[in-house]
Amino acid sequence: MVEKKSFLERFYVGIIFFLLYAPLMILTVCSFNASKSRMVWGGFTLDWYAALFRDAEVIQAFQNSLVLTTAAALIATLLGAMACIGLTAMSKKAQSAAATVTNIPLLNADIVTGIALMLLFVRFMNLGFSSLLVAHVTLTLPYVILSVMPKLKQTNKAAYEAALDLGATPVYAFFKIVLPEILPGILSGFLLAFTMSLDDFVITYFTKGPGINTISTMIYQQVRRGINPEMYALSTLLFLTILIILLVVNHISDRQAKRQEQLYKY
Amino acid sequence: MNRKWLSGPYLIWAAGFIILPLFLILYYGFTSEGGGFTLANISAIADPIHLTALWRSLYIAFFSTLICLFLAYPLAYILSKAPAKKSGILIMLFILPMWINFLLRTLALQMIVSNTGLLSSVLEFFGLKPLRIMNTTTAILIGMVYDYLPFMILPIYNALCKIDRDLIDAAYDLGASKATTFRKILLPLSLPGVLSGIIMVFIPGISEFVIADILGGSKVLLIGNVIEQEFSLSNNWHLGSGLSLVLMIFIFISMAVMNKYDKSGEGQMLW
Repeated sequence: MVEKKSFLERFYVGIIFFLLYAPLMILTVCSFNASKSRMVWGGFTLDWYAALFRDAEVIQAFQNSLVLTTAAALIATLLGAMACIGLTAMSKKAQSAAATVTNIPLLNADIVTGIALMLLFVRFMNLGFSSLLVAHVTLTLPYVILSVMPKLKQTNKAAYEAALDLGATPVYAFFKIVLPEILPGILSGFLLAFTMSLDDFVITYFTKGPGINTISTMIYQQVRRGINPEMYALSTLLFLTILIILLVVNHISDRQAKRQEQLYKY
Repeated sequence: MNRKWLSGPYLIWAAGFIILPLFLILYYGFTSEGGGFTLANISAIADPIHLTALWRSLYIAFFSTLICLFLAYPLAYILSKAPAKKSGILIMLFILPMWINFLLRTLALQMIVSNTGLLSSVLEFFGLKPLRIMNTTTAILIGMVYDYLPFMILPIYNALCKIDRDLIDAAYDLGASKATTFRKILLPLSLPGVLSGIIMVFIPGISEFVIADILGGSKVLLIGNVIEQEFSLSNNWHLGSGLSLVLMIFIFISMAVMNKYDKSGEGQMLW
């Protein structure tokens, strides 16, 4: 698949890359800007980074985001993986009906999903952290199911049946045979759920009660009265963290690939 | 033990938090504040303000999808040709901006395109006219393209990567030109990716209200803004639900159109 890239192709990739990253670069520059105004450069400072770690409101919102996202992704992964295992034992008709329902939050507009859930919560429970958690689990479940289902359908049924023939209990055979095979799907489902939940603003906006904020809703409140530059510092730190994680993961998988190549040689 | 029962919790969850809320929207949409049945909330879409907002939403969603498609396809194609090891990290770099809060990304974009922003300063420096697009449909369009571009790149890239390289080589061997190979092989085989890209940009596009809030300065209303304001400002949940139902109709229509073209069906909706 190796083909030499023409200059034009490199140029095009470069331009799009620049357009995507230019706003992010501006965020980073703003995080070092001593002037509170976004348009004026007032000299280099690290004050916003220091202030970030002292700001109770920001820390609380960050904590809310993190706890909410982690809990939602974990619950969604558990429910979703169990659902997939159960659904594959059902008839084709039941499966396709379930798939249709699963796709609803995925394809419906976020604003409609958010409003629909809000109408439900206002009637039957209070708006607060628990309503946010329910909303985020609902939002992320389809991503888990979409990641796990294909893996589960690809699993080797014969190996599972062989384990049963050899005297393994269904539960033991599941953990020894099926689970290792679908684990990559579960992991990518979890990561996808985590991403979607962390990035969500619209559904959070409609289902959060007063007085509770995630990072997204806090920034939205600040849009009107002017963004606190600490947010730029926070986004810069988050971006760096993600970039580093990505590079490390890439490096590790590279090395694993190389090791496997060497194994196959012998 | 029957393993069907394992899906029980999910099915209950789906009934309670996916199906039931939709019925609540239906209920609110078709009733008046007094509780009686009415179609007024639905027909309210004919109100000139609402109709303009809906039309503008469709217009912006359509063009942002189109622009995303034309920007993303060549990019995905070029990236898919790169050696597998490099291609993986490259595509990640194009998806990475999605991890930064999209409100912040939109605000950063505002600093670039605003009337006194970076782009205007650069234009003025070269003696050109400064930009005057803030609070217009154009600004919202730019914002949508910027925010949704990765959603178009990824599915097209995935579809292109799955194409068997031998098919392309065979086409060349049989004397097909580059253009013919593209038209007969690459384009049809990457169509599922293109379709899911279109869905992932168009559907959020017609219901967008946050980007319009920031780049349109609440001067340019989209149907999403109208619905949001019915809930947050006017507190008229019945009207808001009715307009949401109208929005859903448009989503269903676009889904149905997509399904007609997507013969391969389920499964590859997304990534």
